[in-house]
Amino acid sequence: MIILFGLFLLSLLVITALAIVRTENLFVAVMLTSIFSLLMAANFFVLDAADVALTEAAVGAGITTVIFLSALALTAESEKTVQTGKRMALVVVAVLATLIIYATFDKPRLGDPEAPVHQHLAPWYLENTPVYMDFPNVVTAILGSFRGYDTLGEVFVVFAACIGVLFILGVKPPEGRIYDPHASGLRHHLIPQVVGRLLIPFVVLFGLYVQFHGEYGPGGGFQAGALIASGVILYALLEGEAAALRALPQPVLMGLVIGGACLYGAVGLLCMLLGGNFLEYSVLSSNTVSGQQLGILLIEAGVGMAVCGALLSIFHAFAARPRRL
Amino acid sequence: MIDTAVDILSWMLLFLGGAFVIIGGLGALRLPNFYTRLHAASLTETMATILIFAGMILQAGLSLAALKLAAIMLFLLLTAPTASYALANAALQSGMRPEARNRDETL
Repeated sequence: MIILFGLFLLSLLVITALAIVRTENLFVAVMLTSIFSLLMAANFFVLDAADVALTEAAVGAGITTVIFLSALALTAESEKTVQTGKRMALVVVAVLATLIIYATFDKPRLGDPEAPVHQHLAPWYLENTPVYMDFPNVVTAILGSFRGYDTLGEVFVVFAACIGVLFILGVKPPEGRIYDPHASGLRHHLIPQVVGRLLIPFVVLFGLYVQFHGEYGPGGGFQAGALIASGVILYALLEGEAAALRALPQPVLMGLVIGGACLYGAVGLLCMLLGGNFLEYSVLSSNTVSGQQLGILLIEAGVGMAVCGALLSIFHAFAARPRRL
Repeated sequence: MIDTAVDILSWMLLFLGGAFVIIGGLGALRLPNFYTRLHAASLTETMATILIFAGMILQAGLSLAALKLAAIMLFLLLTAPTASYALANAALQSGMRPEARNRDETL
């Protein structure tokens, strides 16, 4: 049954991917990418990767689509047609596809317990998560503690991406094209307004639940940051940019990004000050297990703050540009 | 005995919901203009949602899963018609007039 469902999802993925390549209308392409992400999230869920599925649904299908649409409002709606180099591209794609298909022959079967990936470190993680952390979600344990360096790197990638976008889009728009933040929003549309107002508190509440429940269920800082950001973006779409910036001004957003990344690093340094290694949370408390839990809670909070602030800053940077006339 | 009855009822609801999804999909592909297609598509998000979720709740029985399913149904019933409304409203505002003909003319 699962195999059938997986086949169905994968063929839909291929069809969507082909449609994205074929379409020349960028608006349609953005919508199709959103559908692609949603299908991918369902696929991850079928493979029992609930954490990744949640991230893909929140970031890929949700926030990325909004940011793409904001970018699309600044550029042309249809693709520029490129005539040259088509044959070359076809050859490159054919060669790469052959290589990848050839590589899949050596792949172990889906769910094979003898596969190398299930032999090397995974059993150790599965055995030691209850011992060191005493909570059930192994994914959070790996991301937060066992491979805390990688997650620290990811947070700084988010930080750098945010700074990069703000450097490019934060410059002053050309003269005569002044953007009026009060003009945006759907204040005069009653039904989206009422339903949106009803939903925003629940979206943010769910984000906080995902943030603080990451040790016990799927979720964590990345997903929570994206969910809370999507709640605020919904507010910005309904009430206008100005209202959203009044609720969470730009300095606060920058504070979230910088503060989140610094909080993560500071926890690591604190561990060193208390006599452990960098990001060795066991020393944070008298008891190693509660030390690990405290450390993971703190760094997840840092991740959530950084992701939420970065996504909102990027959204505002796009939305604040004057529209194409 | 009662289990079988609940099972039959839930499968009837599921099949009926599935039928509504298929009708909605066919309508979204086949109907002549934007507003009629939107009408067909919105069929899947109200009637089909209620039927399929009612069927799934009956399958879940009295449990936490049933409560979660009910919460998801409520969420979908609030958001999906709003999305349809927003879509139709955006189309109307961008100048796409519904082709409203008097009945006398078509006869």
